[in-house]
Amino acid sequence: MPDLHLPSPSRRSLLRGIGGAAVLGAGIPLLSACGGSGTAADPKTVTLGSNGSDAVPKKAYAEIYAAFKKQSGITVDVNTKDHNTFQEQINAYLQGTPDDVFNWFAGYRMQFFAAKGLATPLDDVWEKIGGNFPEAMKKLSKGADGKYYFVPLDTYPWAVFYRRSVFQKHGYTVPTKWDDFVALCKQMKKDGLVPIAFGDKDAWPALGTFDQLNFRANGYDFHVDLMAGKASWTDAKVRKAFDLWAEILPYHQDGAVGRTWQDAAQSMLSGKAGMYLLGSFVGQQATDKTIADDLDFFPFPEISPEFGQDTVEAPTDGFMMSKSPKNHAGAVKLLEFLGTPEAEAIYLKADSSVVAASSTADTSSYTALQKKAYDMISGAKSLTQFMDRDSRPDFTSTVMQPALQKFIRDPKGIDSILTSVERQKKTIFASS
Amino acid sequence: MTTDTETTETPKATPLASPSGVAPRKRPTGHRRLLTRRDRLTLGLMAGVPTVLHVALVWLTALASIALAFTTWDGIGFDSIKWVGLDNFRELFTTNPQFWPAVQHNVIWFVVLILLPTPFGLFLAVQLDKKIRFSRVYQTAFFLPVVMSMAVIGFVWQLIYNPDTGLINSMIGANTSGHYIDWIGDPDLNLWAILVAASWRHAGYMMILYLAGLKSVDPALREASALDGAGEWQTFKNVIFPTLRPTNTVVLVVTIIEALRAFDLVFVFNKGAQGTELLSILVTNNIIGESSRIGYGSAIAVVLLVISLAVIIPYLIATFRKERRA
Repeated sequence: MPDLHLPSPSRRSLLRGIGGAAVLGAGIPLLSACGGSGTAADPKTVTLGSNGSDAVPKKAYAEIYAAFKKQSGITVDVNTKDHNTFQEQINAYLQGTPDDVFNWFAGYRMQFFAAKGLATPLDDVWEKIGGNFPEAMKKLSKGADGKYYFVPLDTYPWAVFYRRSVFQKHGYTVPTKWDDFVALCKQMKKDGLVPIAFGDKDAWPALGTFDQLNFRANGYDFHVDLMAGKASWTDAKVRKAFDLWAEILPYHQDGAVGRTWQDAAQSMLSGKAGMYLLGSFVGQQATDKTIADDLDFFPFPEISPEFGQDTVEAPTDGFMMSKSPKNHAGAVKLLEFLGTPEAEAIYLKADSSVVAASSTADTSSYTALQKKAYDMISGAKSLTQFMDRDSRPDFTSTVMQPALQKFIRDPKGIDSILTSVERQKKTIFASS
Repeated sequence: MTTDTETTETPKATPLASPSGVAPRKRPTGHRRLLTRRDRLTLGLMAGVPTVLHVALVWLTALASIALAFTTWDGIGFDSIKWVGLDNFRELFTTNPQFWPAVQHNVIWFVVLILLPTPFGLFLAVQLDKKIRFSRVYQTAFFLPVVMSMAVIGFVWQLIYNPDTGLINSMIGANTSGHYIDWIGDPDLNLWAILVAASWRHAGYMMILYLAGLKSVDPALREASALDGAGEWQTFKNVIFPTLRPTNTVVLVVTIIEALRAFDLVFVFNKGAQGTELLSILVTNNIIGESSRIGYGSAIAVVLLVISLAVIIPYLIATFRKERRA
C-alpha cells in the first residue's frame, strides 16, 4: 500500500476504509493482502502516516521533513489522511501495513497500542532527546510497561478564554477561586451577557468541562483513577463535581446540545458571551486580527485549596513508531530529529495556536498568548490529555458523550445517569 | 451495515443463483448440445462471479457478525476474540440506556413515514397523473430530494434548524438567550425535526412509486366507472386504489426498509444524540471509529437483522406463494 502513489489521500483512505470494514465484517484478513507489495526497505526513505490534513499543520510538518532531509539525507515519504478519518481507522491501519512512523496523541490510547504490541519502544530515541523534555512530558510518553513509545512535538492548554476588552468594559477581574467565578457569572448575566458560551453538538466539548471540574475538585490522582476505570462513577466525589457543574450550568449558553463549538466560539468572540472553556484552538476561529489580539485566557479557577490549579489539561500531539518499520534506523533518526527544539521551532513558526512540548525550544517567536500557554503548561504539576485520550475511547464515545449530553439537558437526573455510567463502565473495562 | 444489504439483496439473488446451478443437471442431454463450451463458460462466469461475491460479501459477513455478536473483540488480532455467550445481549437489553429508545425511534420513524409522507406522495401522484400543465416540472421538483444524497439533506436541514443562525430560529426570533428552541439538541423536538426532513424526501419517493403504479392502471377502468356515474373520489376509492395493491405492497416494504436503515440523515444532523438514537447509529458508534466494541456492536446489528427478517420473511413467503400460484 505505501508504494502505490494514488492521486489523492481521500481515495487512499477510502480504500483502507473498505479494507478495514471488510476485516471487521467478515473476519477475513484482507489487509494482509496489501502487505504483498512490501519491497526491500530503501535506507534513504522513511514512510510517515500523518493526520495533519489541515493546511496549517500540513505545511508545518512538510517544513520539518525538509529540514530533516537537509540534515540527514533521508527523505520522509508522507501519507496524509483526513484528521478524523485517521483517528477512526487507526485500529485497522496499525494492523495492516502502517507507515514506519505515524502521528498520534499521548495518553491512555497510546499506551493501549503499546500494550497491544502495535508500536515499537523508543528508549533508544529517548536516550538522545530525554534532556529536551520536562518531567511531565516524559511521563506522558511512556507506556504502562515503563518504556517510551512516544515523541511529543506540540501541545496546547484547555482554559477559560475571554476577550480582554469585554472584561475591561465591564470592569471584571479574572477569577481564581470558584466563588469568584460563580459571582462573575452572576454579574455577567446581570450585565446582559451570556456568561459561559457552550456548544456540545459534537459531544466532546462537555468532556473537557467535566475534566476541569473533576481534577480541580478531586485532584489529578482521582481523575486518573476514574479515567482508567478504577474509581467508581457513583463515588460521592464524582457527584460533587457534577453538583458544581449544576451550579454553573444555568450560566451556560442555552440550547448547547444543538450548537457546534465553532458557533459557541463565535458568540464569545463577538462579545455576546463573556467566557468560553475550550482548548486554545479556539483562537483559530478568530480570523479578525484585532479580535485575535484581544483574546486572553485564564486557568479554570481553584475549587479545592488542596489541589489549587496544579493540573493542566494539555493534549499533546506527537509521533510513534509502528510495530515493524521497514526502515528502523531511518525512523529512529527521524524521531530523534522530531524531538529536538529545532524541529519544534519550525513547526511553531507555522502554527501559532499551539506551543512546543519541549522545555528547551526557542520561545522568542511566541505570541503573548503562546507564552502564557507555555508558562501554564510548563508550570503544571500534572498534565492530563482530555477524556477521550485519557480513557478508553469506546467508553468515552459510547457512554460518556451521551451521558453528559443528557446531564446538560437535565441536571436533576444525575444520579440515574451516574448509576447507568458505572454499570456500563464495568462491562466495558472488564472486556480485555 | 451488513444487514442492510442482506435484506435488500436476498430476493434478487436467490432466483439468480438457481437456474445455472440446477438447470443443466436436471436435463443433461437436451441442454448440453444447445450450449457450446463457450456459452457454458460465459454462463458460469455470469452466474458464478455474482454468486461468489454475494456469498462472500453478504452471507459470510452476515454470519460472521452473528458469530461475533456472542464475543467481545476490540478488533486487534484474532486471538483477542473472546466468547461471552449471551452477555452482549443481556447488557444491551438491561443496561444500555440508548437501546430501547433506539428501537422506539425506529418504530416511530416507520409509523410517521407510513402515515404522513406516504399518503401525501399518493396525493401528489394522483394530481400529477391528471396531465396537468408543467407536470414534468412538478415531478422533478418533488423527486429532487430523493436524488440528493441523504448526507446533503441532513446538512441542509441542520442549517435550517441551527439554534443560533438557522432559518427557523432567526425568523421567529427564537435565537436569543432564554427563548431558544433547540431543534437539534432537545430530545422532545429533534426526532420530529429530523422526521420533517425525512418525510420531505420520502414523499417524493412515494410519489414516483405511485405514479408508476397509476400509469399502469387500465384507462378503460376509469372510463367504465365514469360511465357508471362515479365521482372522482368514488372512482379513486373504489376502482383506482384497489388496483394499486401491488404498488402498496412495494410501498410498505420500501418504507419499512427506509425506517430500519435510517442512518445518514441523523448522523449528519446530530450524530444520534439523545432523542434521535437509532439502531443503525448504535451499531456504527460501537464498531466504526476508535471505539471498536465489535462484539457488542455486532449484537446490535443482529437485533436489527432479526427485526428486518421478521418483517421481510412474511413478505417473501407471500410473494413466492403468489408466484407459485400464477
